[in-house]
Amino acid sequence: MATVTETRSVQELQAVCKQIRRHIVTMITAAKSGHPGGSLSAVELLVSLYFGGRMRHDPKNPQWKERDRFVLGKGHAAPVLYAILAEAGYTPVDELNTLRKLGSIYQGHPDRRFIPALEASTGSLGEGLSLACGMALAARLDGSPTRAYTMLGDGEIQEGQVWEAAMFAAFHKIDNVVCIVDYNRIQLDGFVKDIMDLEPLTDKWRAFGWHVIELDGHDMNAVNAAYDEAAATKGKPSVLIAHTVKGKGVSFMENNPKFHGMAPTAEELQKALAELA
Amino acid sequence: MATGTKFELKMGAATREAFGRTLVELGRSNKDVVVCDADLSKSTMTTYFAQEFPERFFSCGIAEANMVAVGAGLSSSGKIAFVSSFSAFLLNKGFEQLRVTAAYPDVNLKAVGTHSGISIGEDGPSQMSIEDLALACSLPGFAVLSPCDEVSMRAVIHEVAAHKGPVFVRAARAKSPIVYSEGTRFPIGGSHELIAGKDVTLISHGLLVAEAIRAAASLEAEGISARVIDMYSIKPLDRDAVARAARETGAIVAAEEHLTDGGLGVRIAQVTAETTPCVMEFAGVNNVYAESGTPDELLDKYGLRAVNIAAAARKALARKGAR
Repeated sequence: MATVTETRSVQELQAVCKQIRRHIVTMITAAKSGHPGGSLSAVELLVSLYFGGRMRHDPKNPQWKERDRFVLGKGHAAPVLYAILAEAGYTPVDELNTLRKLGSIYQGHPDRRFIPALEASTGSLGEGLSLACGMALAARLDGSPTRAYTMLGDGEIQEGQVWEAAMFAAFHKIDNVVCIVDYNRIQLDGFVKDIMDLEPLTDKWRAFGWHVIELDGHDMNAVNAAYDEAAATKGKPSVLIAHTVKGKGVSFMENNPKFHGMAPTAEELQKALAELA
Repeated sequence: MATGTKFELKMGAATREAFGRTLVELGRSNKDVVVCDADLSKSTMTTYFAQEFPERFFSCGIAEANMVAVGAGLSSSGKIAFVSSFSAFLLNKGFEQLRVTAAYPDVNLKAVGTHSGISIGEDGPSQMSIEDLALACSLPGFAVLSPCDEVSMRAVIHEVAAHKGPVFVRAARAKSPIVYSEGTRFPIGGSHELIAGKDVTLISHGLLVAEAIRAAASLEAEGISARVIDMYSIKPLDRDAVARAARETGAIVAAEEHLTDGGLGVRIAQVTAETTPCVMEFAGVNNVYAESGTPDELLDKYGLRAVNIAAAARKALARKGAR
């Protein structure tokens, strides 16, 4: 079977991460609005999937039936996904700076009507895991090797539907679904622990019947290994609790709630690009 | 279809029963048909499908929001997913998911809500779905259907499975009289004129189609010629049939087991306003939640009977005559 994936060295993947981060800050600055913090925190986790050989996909054949699926539950992190789809060859790199503008394929939140390679239109939080479970079940019925990945924000899992889906996935032993929690500890109103604390988070997922993998979401080796461990886990779904830094890679955005949903100024962009050179 | 008012309304199965049986037929002929239910399979009648195709039936527990989005995920991967629950729970608890995971991305999801209206009876208002059509019709791209008997439900479910796009189908708990003969077709966007008439048109759907037929018979005895239309496709609406009724009879009564706010009636009024303004009256649940009781007691108390439809027709005729 054709598994159309590239495998790159960790060093090469880290270089891709820098490029993705440059795209993120540049496109959000051009848009004058958007969510840089939660896009920057998710970079390694998504680069491993799309460029590190962890997800089976083919940019030349986006509708390949047996491809793996990725659903961005935290749809406001659209810029990281757009940068990755563009760098992978699904969509034009030179249109990234049209983000959020009328007629752009790079809509404010992921919109399948504009980019058919997107597996779902998301942005209303809490729905990604349910969608991924449906996609994984369809693959199971078809006898397909397809795996379904979804990334949820830490604030997002305050939504009750996530726990409905967590129960569902374990009950139906959906072991071809992988949930990634981008645990960057900041949501719109401030620090997660002050808005609605999630702890003890790994215990919660274990109690719901999941195989839990806790990791540093910026350590490329650890990220690659976590996906491999999830793929090898049979009989239950796997969740990656990825400890990340909101705004990772840009010093003045790191751990700064202000940059959950605020665009950098032109001057801040120059500082950010200098750090990401 | 029949002309004149010589309808013999023999009691048939509930539309939910016909839905459940038809799912099994679909399951046999199409391996891509899958079904999700939220702990009500013995009431929605998806249990028949579950028994014959356990590997294609997904028990979701009492978690409608997840169920709708799981169904959308299944449909996004090429399945024809039916998600079913009581209409009240499917539309109200699953509305956000119907909107974002099905309507907005135009996913081929089939939502079927049973136990619609107030005729569920003793369980009371928390289980009664009287807002479902307003909610479903508000979703761009959704087709919304409300068949009146077992024959039309079976045909509609086959239509819905063949249709590409999101759909909501409304089914009832109570048994309903058989209006149609086997072989009648029910294309999405269509309607059926059951009785010809020239003075006033009675337009209804679901359980109230039989009541409209009875109302036409009593009006005929008074010398009033009432046209009866089964508007089983609430959305898209058969605009031509509505405009023709407005033009040819000049008076329309909309009768439905739904709030008069946001149901079929207001959709008809929009068409008449845009095409041929005419007198209209609305028989339905009027800005109120019902209560426990037998189905018959409730239909009587809340004004959803032939006698209420006939009274609305007389009122419409009086207003028409005064114009």
